[in-house]
Amino acid sequence: MAFKVIKPGLLALIQDLGRHGHQSIGLTTGGPMDEVAFRWGNALLDNDSNSAQIEITFGMFTLEAQAATSIAITGADLAATLNDKSITPWQTYAIKKGDVLAFHQPVWGLRAYLAVKGGFLCEPTLGSVATVMREKIGGLNGKGDKLQKGDLLAYQAYHDHQQSSVPRLAIPHYGNKEIPVILGYQYQSFSALERANFFSSDYKVSSNSDRMGYRLEGQAVHSDLKGIISEGIAYGAIQIPKDGQPIVLLQDRQTIGGYPKVGCVTRVGGSILAQQKPGDIIQFTPITVDQAERERHLQMARLAQWR
Amino acid sequence: MKRDDFPHIDMVSNQACLLTFSQVISEATSNYIAQVTQHLAKLSGIVDLVPSYTTLLVVFDDDHYDRFAMFKTIRQTIDVIDPNDFSIKDQREVVIPVYYGKEVGPDIENVANHCKLSIDEVIKRHHETTYRAYAIGFTPGFAFLGNTPDELHVPRKTTPRLKVPVGSVALAENQTAVYPSVTPGGWQIIGRTPINLIDWGSKNLALIAMGDSVRFEPISRDEFLVQGGQLDGF
Repeated sequence: MAFKVIKPGLLALIQDLGRHGHQSIGLTTGGPMDEVAFRWGNALLDNDSNSAQIEITFGMFTLEAQAATSIAITGADLAATLNDKSITPWQTYAIKKGDVLAFHQPVWGLRAYLAVKGGFLCEPTLGSVATVMREKIGGLNGKGDKLQKGDLLAYQAYHDHQQSSVPRLAIPHYGNKEIPVILGYQYQSFSALERANFFSSDYKVSSNSDRMGYRLEGQAVHSDLKGIISEGIAYGAIQIPKDGQPIVLLQDRQTIGGYPKVGCVTRVGGSILAQQKPGDIIQFTPITVDQAERERHLQMARLAQWR
Repeated sequence: MKRDDFPHIDMVSNQACLLTFSQVISEATSNYIAQVTQHLAKLSGIVDLVPSYTTLLVVFDDDHYDRFAMFKTIRQTIDVIDPNDFSIKDQREVVIPVYYGKEVGPDIENVANHCKLSIDEVIKRHHETTYRAYAIGFTPGFAFLGNTPDELHVPRKTTPRLKVPVGSVALAENQTAVYPSVTPGGWQIIGRTPINLIDWGSKNLALIAMGDSVRFEPISRDEFLVQGGQLDGF
């Protein structure tokens, strides 16, 4: 049983929590750009936390159901409709054979997640179905393709729908433009003035932003370091290239690089960043590792408690 | 804080820390990093390891470790390793056959001119050196191999190519590499190998691992074609 893709939209990708353990050979992880939304989708349906979902960027994506199931929609509000009736994200919906599910365009945020009871059934490559188009890996056929018209997204039929929704308190606020940054080990190489500039300026999301990284435009910042010996790049690292315009490296990032880093965005912060559209304005705010740990524990505890 | 106690450990995020082994690139440092990487890879709760020239990025599962537990585990691992032990058990030598020349290496003439050598001398110096894989990255399986002999040092191309064919063997600064997939690239291309550097169906996935020693072996145009080499791509 499956959903049939009627309209493939701009960019719809199969994702799980990512392909880990292969960065030593230069293979990036992939995974959901908004991990918080992704985790809630699987929690709502009582799925395994790594069950495959569809990440829908921007919208214009339509599916037709071939069998009954339950779905959860989380993340951005892409003006979704079920048989032409508006539905809102962060809750579950019953699906019956012949239903048409459509995601139109962003009302709030940029990326929506579609989870199905039991997860989408898809053959993993190197332990994951996460689609990384650049590396031609993951997805429906394992070749890294985005979803195409006519694709069949398989699932186990399910008839015992249970209505559930994410508690209001736990729904992230994508209008919050303050992105927390853990101060990096290369932070000392930025002068007091450069740091002040970085944390007090507005940055605009560039149209060159994608799943690899978010490029920002605004006050340039400069490091005392000219360059560094290439080293591993963690999720969320904020690179400062020669022109001083920050790049936040996200799920499809390259594994090593030689630019100085001012700090690192957490997964919770990166999830909010990934919901910003080109042209949106954000600011950075400094946090400690300790604060990042507590934020993460709170988020995981809410998920665990809810389950 | 005094930072002469290598390796030192810095938190990068709540899920990653960076081990720095030296401020300068050397074979000894590279050996040490390869050893530590092998040891840490055996532990559960380590999500990913990204070794490079002088550093090792450790990504850990924050359900398994908080930063204090991670630091302690890393310290305990490092304490049992002798940084001067050069006898890494599974260090391998990888031999890569290369068809050198203008047909598949459009920059070989530029390289020869820049280095004031003949094309044959460029080939000879390139294949007579044994290299070390200092880091893997850029694209999957792309190994940064060093060091090329001083006479072969060339700058990157001023305008990178938008498409470098698979298997291209190239030079930049004091390094050499093989392009495992079709990507943009600014290195100077001098030849091509018919063998795959990355294969998702194989056990090791990538032909070259960090710490391996690598040699190039010249082959003729015919041998290149027999081994499945492709001549097009530019």
